[in-house]
Amino acid sequence: MTISRKDIEKVAVLARIRVDDEQVSALEKDLGNILDLVDQLGAADTDAVEPMAHPLNAVQRLRADEVTEINQRDAFQAIAPSTENGLYLVPRVIE
Amino acid sequence: MQWDIVIGLEIHVQLATRTKIFSGSSTAYGAEPNTQANAVDLAMPGTLPVPNEQAFRYAVMFGLAVNAEIERRSVFERKNYFYPDLPKGYQTTQLERPIVGPGYVDLDLANGETKRVRIHHAHLEEDAGKSLHEDFHGMTGVDLNRAGTPLIEVVTEPDMTNAEEAVAFAKKLHGIVTSLGICDGDMSQGSMRFDVNISLKPKGSDTLGTRTETKNLNSFRFMEQAIAHEVERQMDILEDGGTIVQETRLYNGDRDESRSMRTKEEANDYRYFPCPDLLPVEIDDSFIEQARDSLPELPDARKARFMEQYGLNDYDAGLLSGDSKLAGFFEDAASHGKDAKLVANWIQGEFSARLNAEEKSVADSPITGAQLGDLVVRIADNTISSAGAKKVFEALWSGEKDNVDAIIDAKGLKQVSDTGALEAMVDEVLAGMPDQVAQYQQESDPKKQKKMLGGFMGPLMKASKGQGNPKLFNEILVKKLGG
Repeated sequence: MTISRKDIEKVAVLARIRVDDEQVSALEKDLGNILDLVDQLGAADTDAVEPMAHPLNAVQRLRADEVTEINQRDAFQAIAPSTENGLYLVPRVIE
Repeated sequence: MQWDIVIGLEIHVQLATRTKIFSGSSTAYGAEPNTQANAVDLAMPGTLPVPNEQAFRYAVMFGLAVNAEIERRSVFERKNYFYPDLPKGYQTTQLERPIVGPGYVDLDLANGETKRVRIHHAHLEEDAGKSLHEDFHGMTGVDLNRAGTPLIEVVTEPDMTNAEEAVAFAKKLHGIVTSLGICDGDMSQGSMRFDVNISLKPKGSDTLGTRTETKNLNSFRFMEQAIAHEVERQMDILEDGGTIVQETRLYNGDRDESRSMRTKEEANDYRYFPCPDLLPVEIDDSFIEQARDSLPELPDARKARFMEQYGLNDYDAGLLSGDSKLAGFFEDAASHGKDAKLVANWIQGEFSARLNAEEKSVADSPITGAQLGDLVVRIADNTISSAGAKKVFEALWSGEKDNVDAIIDAKGLKQVSDTGALEAMVDEVLAGMPDQVAQYQQESDPKKQKKMLGGFMGPLMKASKGQGNPKLFNEILVKKLGG
């Protein structure tokens, strides 16, 4: 299985990562190798194996519906780049 | 050309848990921004989600109420997209193994028919925060209090064929989740939000047309308008030979217009994958049976009981049983008011009209069911006329006084029903109006005669200072004039 330049550019956009042309060429090779490896795994016969949703063979513990958190806004906002009236400010997004 | 309309719904239902789906932060509405957004909700590095058992219990209760299969082993996926009110960069949701499998809801339509709408599935997921686009020096403000609030998203099959059915389904679902107590049902605060998928196809065709999705409708009225608007928009395009673009649209209810939000070509590739932070959740039979035992009376059962217990007809019982708060109000009133049919009329008439006019819900009503019941007792036993009853209702509503009998006394609304006294008044009034009496007696058309009776009522009400029983006055008049 190979990966195209177009695929890499699309994934980069979705992941919000800027990659230049040179990097795309290198990634084409690296990611292609990884995908080839995954393809080899595909050759294993898994017909009799139940698919797993998680590598740990365990079940999720659930929590009682009780408030355990207190208001720590000041502590969290102390490390935020920009806040106002209790809001986190981010570069403008318009739908 | 004739078209068939095909409608499917996706409904986000905010669950009325005390805490978030994956953290112990409070979900109380209306808190100061970001005071209920803690480390897990903010996606701080090193935090892990722990699911809320109550959210699962509520989802299971919903599944049982809509005749659905419950998935014993459900799994969470990550739906990846970038938006500032989604701090993790993905929404934790369910794709492959949602907690609630296929089910159905039966609707009673206005024409007396029953319509079954199938539910494809319902899954648990987390809500996002809120972005505020007002001007913060050219930036966007983000409040993450809502981030992580548990939702169930209910997805129907495209089984509805017009706005009436879609709204009937929405109302039914609202009645079910509020009766279950798993959602407060307050649509103005976004507790239930509807996305409507609409497509058209030539009448009788088996092939579905391209659909659009109109998002985030938060009232039944807007939903009805948005459907009418979108059907017309698509019909215009198709009849002009155009094609429908698969897209998400936003409807503006105040201006009755919609605009495209994003088309599918540029839509996000969500790159779903199983969430490695969460193990599969297993639900055993005893959990499901406990949920089943805790199910309260649901709208269908309540409707049947209203017909049986109070002798209501199908229409009244349907209207009063859907919303659990309205149903409770009716039962409070009917247990005081004896005459359930008259109680039902008052609730659907005066009471609903006032609530609508003041944009209030039943919960905000300034009068109680018991008060309305007391009022109906006094109408039924002829203590007050219907005009007097309206005055009592006003006084109750404005909070002037809270006791029906005290209001009747204070306002002198008690009507005179002593036949002897009324007959005397009628004799006196008729004696003073010989011309009209002669006219009435010469008239051969009973309809015109009936109309002429009104001419005597004014003077009679005046003679009795507004306290004569109009029904009795009428009977006496007919007897005396006819004789």
